[in-house]
Amino acid sequence: MTGFAEPGASRDGYGDALLDMASDERVVVLEADLGKSTKSCHFRAEYPERTFCLGIAEQNMALVGAGLAEAGKVPFASTFAIFSERAFEQFRNGIARTGLVVHLCGSHGGMHTGQDGSSAQSTEDLGIFRTLPEVTVMTPSDRNSARSLTRKLLDHPKPSYTRTARNKTREIYTEEEAEALEIGKASVLREGADASIIACGVMVERALEAAETLAAKGIDTMVIDMHTIKPIDREAIIRAASSGAIVTAEDHSVMGGLGSAVAEVLVEEAPTMMRMIGVRDKFGESGSPMDIMDKMGLTSENIASKVEELLSK
Amino acid sequence: MRFDPENPDWDDRDRFIMSKGHASPAVYSILRDLDVLTDQDLDGFRSMGSVCQGHVDRKWTRGVDFSAGSLGMGLSFGLGSALAARLDGSERHTWVLLGDGEIQEGQIWEAAMATTHLEAGNITAIVDKNRIQNDNFVDEQMRVGDISSKFESFGWDVIEVDGHSLSDVTAALERARASGVATAIVADTVKGKGVSFMEDNPAFHGAAPNDEQYATAMEELA
Repeated sequence: MTGFAEPGASRDGYGDALLDMASDERVVVLEADLGKSTKSCHFRAEYPERTFCLGIAEQNMALVGAGLAEAGKVPFASTFAIFSERAFEQFRNGIARTGLVVHLCGSHGGMHTGQDGSSAQSTEDLGIFRTLPEVTVMTPSDRNSARSLTRKLLDHPKPSYTRTARNKTREIYTEEEAEALEIGKASVLREGADASIIACGVMVERALEAAETLAAKGIDTMVIDMHTIKPIDREAIIRAASSGAIVTAEDHSVMGGLGSAVAEVLVEEAPTMMRMIGVRDKFGESGSPMDIMDKMGLTSENIASKVEELLSK
Repeated sequence: MRFDPENPDWDDRDRFIMSKGHASPAVYSILRDLDVLTDQDLDGFRSMGSVCQGHVDRKWTRGVDFSAGSLGMGLSFGLGSALAARLDGSERHTWVLLGDGEIQEGQIWEAAMATTHLEAGNITAIVDKNRIQNDNFVDEQMRVGDISSKFESFGWDVIEVDGHSLSDVTAALERARASGVATAIVADTVKGKGVSFMEDNPAFHGAAPNDEQYATAMEELA
């Protein structure tokens, strides 16, 4: 299922999707001085009358979105993932609690952001937004899936938080494959009966690499792209548990993110041996994305070795 | 206001944002007068399952446009309402009621700045300048400076009124609506007006009178 065609960043997919949806007059775009980075700038260039640039003021942006949504618009607001956290209480009280459908995208999520350093490397966003009732949380793995899943928010009945990545990753889905994705339904990229890797975002490509390494050693590993962290696909997790060994992989703190969400399902439904690849209670630093990911242990080698560790038990 | 009590959900109604959401009894009383709410609804105030939640909440109460309770958010929401009206080519207006303590929140000034930058002229903010907040007098807790000058510096029209003069308030509201420019009405008020022991008394910011105090207050207001 995987292709290795032209790479892109998931944030480019967000920008593509805004343009795809532009013919719907309900769509409005909100920015907080980072439209060039989050890629809403392309929509702004074409549809300035439906783009509201709100300056470096994320809290205001969240509630302006709520006011627009109350009047029937479908606002897509974006900033860096880290600054979405600055508007967290606004998102909680002004959007999630009120039942108003505003879609917030946080780009430059995770250690993958690289050179900007620790101030920008949000590794909490998925965890905190996941705690909010009625909020959908996603982190697509490539440009095509980010484009498709963002487009599917247009008629989604709940507010959402979507994390995108700054840097390019390899293509996981062709456009046609991406079009078939559904919010809340995990995507099985590879079947395998010996162990399962459940990954999200930029770690999906690493999970696929790990599965190839394992296959060369005769270990047949399922790989799941859990692009929607909430509502999480419980059935897919339970199915993965039948292998008896699960490793999760996320560019996020192991506290509260994908690993936690998977564990919450497993302890209730199908207790299974599990390991989590993620950020271990640490802040990052400046460095190339690859260097910092390596330093934090967010590597295909680590994923593979955790699978082997579980299988040796 | 452009509001139809028979159809409080009318899409093209004016929006009224009670940003200081703890002033919910005032909103509920008006909605009762308009027969949107019943006496029974009012009796349930702050109790479980009641449409009259502690703080105004659009999900619970017909005729309420904004879910408040966390201060500082209403002007931003109102700006969103105003921008939507402009996109729709509608004449509807947005009214936002703020507290003078509430404007200590920085988000209010983010919204004040954005309103004029985006040239939203179909919005009016009313500041209930009663000089008291939760713990004490505003000037004791955190001086907010010259409210009128602050709005003026962001390009708002400002009208100062005696908040207890209904004719002055009405004239200001009419002027604000007609002006086509974002307008802040700074209304001088006295909290607890008309009840001797409540007037200007921070102890009654969030407290209900006991039976004896209630009887005295009703006599004084009669």
